[in-house]
Amino acid sequence: MMERVLDASVQARRRDRDVSLGAAFVVMVAFFIIGPFVVYPVFLMKALCFALFACAFNLLIGYVGLISFGHALFFGWASYLTAYAAKTWGLPPELAIGIGTATAAVLGVIAGGLAIRRQGIYFAMITLALSQMMYFFALQAKFTGGEDGIQGVPRGRLFGVFNLANEGTMYVFVLVVVLAGFLLIYRIINSPFGEVLKAIRENEQRTISLGYNTERYKLVAFVLSATLAGLAGSLNSLVFQLASLTDVHWTMSGDVVLMTLLGGLGTVFGPVVGAFLVIAMQNYLAPFGQWVLVIQGAIFVVCVLLFRRGIVGEIAHLLRVQL
Amino acid sequence: MFEIFGIPSQALFGQLLLGLINGSFYALLSLGLAVIFGMLNIINFTHGAQYMMGAFAAYLLLHHLGIGYWEALVVAPIVIGATGVVIERLFLQHLRKLDPLYGLLLTFGLALVIEGLFRNYYGSSGLPYQVPEALQGGRNLGFMFLPNYRAWVIVLSLAVCFATWFAIERTRLGSYLRAATENPVLVRAFGINVPRMVTLTYGFGVGLAALAGVMAAPIYNVSPQMGSDLIIVVFAVVVIGGMGSIMGAIFTGFALGIVEGLTKVFYPEASNTVIFVIMAIVLLIRPAGLFGRGA
Amino acid sequence: MKILHRLAFAAAAVMCSMVAAQAQDDDVVKIGVLNDMSGLYSDISGQGSVAAAKLAVEDFNPAAHGMKVEVVSGDHQNKPDVGANLARQWYDVDHVDVIVDVPTSSVALAISEITREKNKVFLGSGPATSDLTGPKCSPNTIQWTYDTWMLANGTGKAVVQTGGDTWFFLTADYAFGQALERDTTKVVVANGGKVLGSVRHPLNTSDFSSFLLQAQTSKAKIIGLANAGGDTINAIKQGAEFGITAGGQHFAGLLVFINDVEALGLKTAQGLVLTETWYWDMTDANRAFTKRWQVAAGRPGKFPSMVPAGVYSSVINYLKAVAALKSDNDGRAVVAKMKEMPTDDALYGKGSIRADGRKIHDAFLFEVKKPEESKYPGDDYKLRATIPAAEAFRPLKDGNCPLVGG
Repeated sequence: MMERVLDASVQARRRDRDVSLGAAFVVMVAFFIIGPFVVYPVFLMKALCFALFACAFNLLIGYVGLISFGHALFFGWASYLTAYAAKTWGLPPELAIGIGTATAAVLGVIAGGLAIRRQGIYFAMITLALSQMMYFFALQAKFTGGEDGIQGVPRGRLFGVFNLANEGTMYVFVLVVVLAGFLLIYRIINSPFGEVLKAIRENEQRTISLGYNTERYKLVAFVLSATLAGLAGSLNSLVFQLASLTDVHWTMSGDVVLMTLLGGLGTVFGPVVGAFLVIAMQNYLAPFGQWVLVIQGAIFVVCVLLFRRGIVGEIAHLLRVQL
Repeated sequence: MFEIFGIPSQALFGQLLLGLINGSFYALLSLGLAVIFGMLNIINFTHGAQYMMGAFAAYLLLHHLGIGYWEALVVAPIVIGATGVVIERLFLQHLRKLDPLYGLLLTFGLALVIEGLFRNYYGSSGLPYQVPEALQGGRNLGFMFLPNYRAWVIVLSLAVCFATWFAIERTRLGSYLRAATENPVLVRAFGINVPRMVTLTYGFGVGLAALAGVMAAPIYNVSPQMGSDLIIVVFAVVVIGGMGSIMGAIFTGFALGIVEGLTKVFYPEASNTVIFVIMAIVLLIRPAGLFGRGA
Repeated sequence: MKILHRLAFAAAAVMCSMVAAQAQDDDVVKIGVLNDMSGLYSDISGQGSVAAAKLAVEDFNPAAHGMKVEVVSGDHQNKPDVGANLARQWYDVDHVDVIVDVPTSSVALAISEITREKNKVFLGSGPATSDLTGPKCSPNTIQWTYDTWMLANGTGKAVVQTGGDTWFFLTADYAFGQALERDTTKVVVANGGKVLGSVRHPLNTSDFSSFLLQAQTSKAKIIGLANAGGDTINAIKQGAEFGITAGGQHFAGLLVFINDVEALGLKTAQGLVLTETWYWDMTDANRAFTKRWQVAAGRPGKFPSMVPAGVYSSVINYLKAVAALKSDNDGRAVVAKMKEMPTDDALYGKGSIRADGRKIHDAFLFEVKKPEESKYPGDDYKLRATIPAAEAFRPLKDGNCPLVGG
């Protein structure tokens, strides 16, 4: 009897959640479909890549509770490998992206292996230092082109059919891939695996006492996050036909933290909103030079002090829905 | 002139000495970070920006108030330390009950704000600051030419590091500080104003960073991004030494400076990354750092 | 879900055909000044180049030709991705027709490619790499003021011929530095000298002590600085600290601008030999321009280097070509016209542009005056030699430029 009552309330909450999430999803997709007719498509493509990057990052911090300050490592190195594969090896885009993403996955396993043993601040410091180490490696290595980066990356023909040099086709491709990544993350979060992750975030000791090998779960989540961040980086290098040191610099890691914090840690749509806002700000405030830096810093401060839930988090809290 | 492992001794000792000089800055900065982390449990990402402000303070004191290097060594840390006190009162004290990562994010944001403001106002190219008269020139040591000023840097930073270590580990005030870190409630019960101590400790740590900045002004470029380039290396140093360990920070700072210098001789391409490689190794073997206590 | 899929495909098909950005034609000639506004090279170009471009437009007098001209500016922060982004946006959205300046060779190479793709014009007054008129040459790009080959042959040859025959290089680790080191090494070796070693440093290095120590250990007579801007200044300043010159070695600044000399001060910089293609105090026209420039750029007491002068010159000649063609749409056509017409302007006088996109003019070997030799602010250089245009730049056949027949 009790079970049926509980069951009903759980189901009611699930239905509410499905409604709010579904509505938000439709709004988001509509926005990105109408967007390119109103706003410069290249800007939107950049926003999409970073939305995926932020969602991947959010997987780690919002649901596992681990803050990585070195995600530029995965984004940037996938970007380099994809650019190199497309330009020097002449591979078609789907293979180039595959190589880039696989690189990020491998780096994720290595970095994760080193970093997962620690928590909190130590974890953040390790990820930062590892990423910085790989930044200097990128600076020196011949194939990355150092300060020049890898330029003139050809977009190629997707599956030999779709000519990605056409901006419209490229946009659709990027949108499809990013949406797929987004949905994948959503499935991960709302799966038994995701439930264990959330349990680890709430109380790791208890989860261990329940018999789960938390280290392994955390590592898998880390690698997933790294791989998807790499996918975002691969897309980015093809959109701009350029892979450069900016993609591996620690400020890139800081940017993705900002996007997720601003949008809302642990929310589904927060990272997308955050990414879009930060990219828009960087774009439209570019004439104001270093004010962008000041404003970004100020947003960090304000969010930490007052808006810890982030924009989407605050909206969700106000409307009492899940976003 | 003899050779060690195929490298002329002149190059070796020269780079070692340069490494010791770099190590002085690493030691001073990581000391400040360690003190702050020990007391407030906050990773002070703003440390690099505060180092930069120290250098700018020296420049501004000279160009607007005619206050020279020697006075700036005292005035700048006090002024910038005061800004640290303001930051602690305004922002950091509200975060004390939260996850320490929020402190990291906040100080990171502050670092961006400060660097951005200075970049807007001063541009990125650097400002000149002369080596003080008394320390100009240098002496030929046979294996290298050592500028007097760089020798002074080593001496001063050793003195400051020792003085700080002594104050914290051997004086009564230091013992209050250490006790307050372990058990603030109990210490408060003894009538000691813990919040004020915390604020002043933060200010002191910031002052140390500013002092390093003044010392850096004559030899490195006084530019708004001088701190952000350095801060991540210093974080690595602190992690290797063990967060919160004073002696660990000092020792590791100097030691890593020397290691970096050696790397520049034998394998220059790796000189930027060697500190991070060491950090990765240390963390695998001793997760709490070389001198750290507890995980 | 299925309906969603179908809708998505429909939308995709529609979007593919509509979204591709079409560059619209308009009747405003828009000039984009793209350079480093806040970093390493901001003193050499920065706002100074923007002012120079505006002065050029003023002197050209668009109204008299029935044209409308606008100048916009942007900061590429010495980063290829930032520069490339901005260039794309300028070309696609803001209808910019020509991009000028762009110091920092890595950014210039990126801009050159995008300009080729969009069929616009790139007038590089700032970048140094000789690859821009070599393997990477383009029918849409003209390199204006100088390049690494010219610098190597000007400064490098002069130094070797006066006894500086052993070299050690301090090189900025990107396209420009490497090109400069490569070109200078060729000249040194061709003139009987030897390169004893080299070390690469990251762009924007603040501490040169360990590199200088290596240079000292090599005992090379000449320490060649294959870098520019703040890096050169730092290396020379710290070199003084380490007693480089007292120890008998000399710096050869392979790319030094008057702004660097002013920043170093004549006491430190005296005796430095350098090559520039324009000096503010050489002709009355130059002096007059400098006075106007100081007001327009808001930099009283500062002096323009050859970079803003090159911006002025390139903009005027570009506008002349556009006026002759009566159109700015086809970048290749405008560049072809510029190569066809002889160039002439107040600052660089008469000259020409070669098939590979290289602008030809005289180069000058200067030596920095001693403090007691300088009579007024800005009186920094004495002329050591003039290298005539025909010899100053790399011969056309040696460049490996695909545009040049053969």
